Amino acid sequence: MEVPILKQGLYLIASIQSALTDADLSQLREALIERVGKFRARGVIVDVTALDVMDSFAVRTLRDIAHMARLRGAETVIVGIQPEVAFAMVQLGLTLKGVSTALDLEEGLAFLDRQAQDRVERTRGRIIRG
Amino acid sequence: MAARGKDPQSPAPLDPQAHSESTAALLRELVPHLRQNRTQLREEWARRITRAQLLTAMTEEEIFAEATSVYDNYVEALETGTFEALQAYARNLSERIIPRGVETHEVVGIVLLLRDVLARSLFAKYHEDFEKLNRILDAYEPAANRIANTVAVGFVQERERIIRQQQEAIRELSTPVLQVRERLLILPIIGVIDPQRARQLTEQLLRAIRTNRAKVVVIDVTGVAAMDSNVANHLVQTVEASRLLGATVIVTGLSPEIAQTLVTIGVDLSEMATVGDLQGGIEEAERLLGYKVLPLEEVAPKA
Repeated sequence: MEVPILKQGLYLIASIQSALTDADLSQLREALIERVGKFRARGVIVDVTALDVMDSFAVRTLRDIAHMARLRGAETVIVGIQPEVAFAMVQLGLTLKGVSTALDLEEGLAFLDRQAQDRVERTRGRIIRG
Repeated sequence: MAARGKDPQSPAPLDPQAHSESTAALLRELVPHLRQNRTQLREEWARRITRAQLLTAMTEEEIFAEATSVYDNYVEALETGTFEALQAYARNLSERIIPRGVETHEVVGIVLLLRDVLARSLFAKYHEDFEKLNRILDAYEPAANRIANTVAVGFVQERERIIRQQQEAIRELSTPVLQVRERLLILPIIGVIDPQRARQLTEQLLRAIRTNRAKVVVIDVTGVAAMDSNVANHLVQTVEASRLLGATVIVTGLSPEIAQTLVTIGVDLSEMATVGDLQGGIEEAERLLGYKVLPLEEVAPKA
């Protein structure tokens, strides 16, 4: 099943609706990375609220998406991990190191907004300091 | 018993029917003797309890009152051969004396003392007729042992029930997740953390993060006396799992001893934000959430 990717301002939102096969996940990764460039996105949100199982391949794909998107200039945030899923992931040692996470879509958007603002301030500071 | 009954060659006294009949008859003979000498035997028993320094948590009068009812229940169980009443009494007695710190060895001790006191009195009564004494003891000893067994088991069961109840209460009480500000939770951990509790704690915290939409969680471990690598790893897992839900965790109140142990056993807590005490942790959390707490005088008046 293909995951719909929505464009919302400067951000891309991929909302996973049902359990995905490994092929679906790879397809999602490619589609997202391609569209980050196409839409000049500054942020990517992957919503996994509907997933009640997260295996190592899924976790690795999510991490790959985050790292690849960063190389393409977009910050990624994973939102909506269920408490039980989080607990299982940690026990399996799948901790998504280096990837930002947020409670839900709303939090994810707020997080990306804050990141963008930080970036603006950093740049401005650099310019003023010369 | 049943195995003996199958043997057709078994001698008459061991035939279960005849045996139990004679036992019942002998016990019936015993009971009036024990009833007649009630006052004297009971006093002897109470004296021996005091001498053996059992039931030190109770006063002499209490011991005597309990001794009286134990004695009567004991004789009744011998007479009727049914143990239900005795069992109920033992449970009731245990309920009353366990909170006062009476130990298992004391309860078993006093019942065994009573058994011996009564056996002595039987010796005294039948010492001339050795044959009869033997038969009386054959009847008395199994019944007495069963009584001792019943009382001891009743006591231990009651004790275990109380322990279970208390464990349940501790478990219920000990994992409150509290919201102190909008989007800020605190989780004070008190007592011993075993794997089961750690798991329950984590699950409860994750659920609370979800329902309260928490951004920052302060886990306070001031009340944790000791921490080993297992517990530390559970803590690390809790922090990781909370992060997956988008919440930052601050751990506070690691005592000097725990800090030393953790460093010595080489648990990696570098991923974890730690602050000295709960106050510092809450202040840090407020800073992360963008709160600033000011004394009222410093807040500029509106007009």
